Amino acid sequence: MYEFDWSSIPGALPFLWAGMLLTLQITGVAIFFGIVLGTVIALFRLSKNRFLSGLAALYVTGFRSVPLVMVLLWFYLLVPQLITGLFGHFDLDIRLLSAFVAFALFEASYYAEIIRAGIQSVSRGQASAGLALGMTGGQAMRLIVLPQAFRRMIPLLLTQAIILFQDTSLVYVIGLSEFFGVAYNTGNRDGTLVELLLFAGAIYFIISFGVSLLVRVIQTKFAL
Amino acid sequence: MVIQAAGLDWSIFLKPAFDGSGTYLRFLFVGLEWTLLLSISAWVLAFVVGSIVGVLRTLPGKFLPMVGAVYVEIFRNVPLLVQLFLWYFVFPEIIPGLGTWFKQSVTPLLQQLIAGVLCLGFFTAARVAEQVRSGINSLGRGQRAAGLALGFNLYGVYRLVLLPVAYRIIVPTLTSEFLNTIKNSAVASTIGLAELSRQSQQLGEFTAHWYEAFIAVTLLYGVINIGVMIASRALESAIQMPGFVGGRQ
Repeated sequence: MYEFDWSSIPGALPFLWAGMLLTLQITGVAIFFGIVLGTVIALFRLSKNRFLSGLAALYVTGFRSVPLVMVLLWFYLLVPQLITGLFGHFDLDIRLLSAFVAFALFEASYYAEIIRAGIQSVSRGQASAGLALGMTGGQAMRLIVLPQAFRRMIPLLLTQAIILFQDTSLVYVIGLSEFFGVAYNTGNRDGTLVELLLFAGAIYFIISFGVSLLVRVIQTKFAL
Repeated sequence: MVIQAAGLDWSIFLKPAFDGSGTYLRFLFVGLEWTLLLSISAWVLAFVVGSIVGVLRTLPGKFLPMVGAVYVEIFRNVPLLVQLFLWYFVFPEIIPGLGTWFKQSVTPLLQQLIAGVLCLGFFTAARVAEQVRSGINSLGRGQRAAGLALGFNLYGVYRLVLLPVAYRIIVPTLTSEFLNTIKNSAVASTIGLAELSRQSQQLGEFTAHWYEAFIAVTLLYGVINIGVMIASRALESAIQMPGFVGGRQ
């Protein structure tokens, strides 16, 4: 039988906590910019302007046909070059910045599809009523359609956030030490990889499962 | 020269690869083969396991549906990368007998492939299960009741009445799940499996032609996507039924 040795976990807790904060930071940034940019892309995609809708479709299909691992590697290649090109030098953590940019742009393509479906689920009559009240198209979208659409989308947006939270572990490929990276490195260093990986898996499970239970409560309580 | 447009040197793909296996173009195609081998094997596993788990969740009684639900929650709430490392680093250590055999008697390359297929297969199975379940549930209780009334046992109802229709309904979502499997297979690069994204990183490291490597691989993923999409449309129209969504009226 395998002898488990959990002794390296208590000492590593502060580092694991710092890693978790980084994980949450990446998740938060990606959710915020993903939803903002995703809304813009969704509106482009629904626009009558062929050029804008084509551009948005290209963005969404492009990002959705490439593995996240490749997207992370791409931005880890591009971001440093762009920044040195723009500012000549940089004193930011380039891995972190690359991860922020990659996740924000990547998630935007997923959020855009959720938001587009949400907007389309609001009946046409709502927008027409707004226009009949003398609102401009933009006002009707902003004040009438989007609030209803977002309320309907909350469960899907949160589910996507859980997926995103789990996907942040992939920054491992660009050598960034968030929660998973810290767990892996600690396990490797102390020869307790088995215990650290099991521990990391358990923590991810508890958080993701907890939030998904919350989503179910929201779904029943806030349903329109 | 055309070949060096925009500062990129595409002739790199005609040069011999560092590992002596042929040109770098050949090197990339080896990656493509591994990506397809891994994704298709994992998909077969995911389809079988996912169908079983999905059916479990729709069976009468309490225990079996709960087993299905527990499976789905576990595999959906742990990141793919963590699951891969569990299959590759942890399970061979802690499973007595079989684990030791795996570490000592299986070649490293085969170890990577087996861990990758099991990880990706069981991970995707949780998603397939949810789709099989929603496909079966979308049929309504009448189908099941009619089957039972005709004298089929539960196995017969599933095999001859519910599943043939449910599978047809979920072909589009299964297609997108297969596309996800192909994309997720890139995670296997972290345990050293020489699939596409790993090969692009190696190519970049050994030749410093990062852009050429990444562009080529990104385009290859795009081509795979389009290919699967076309195949799935053909499949959909081949198996469609009159009266159902997408079918003839």
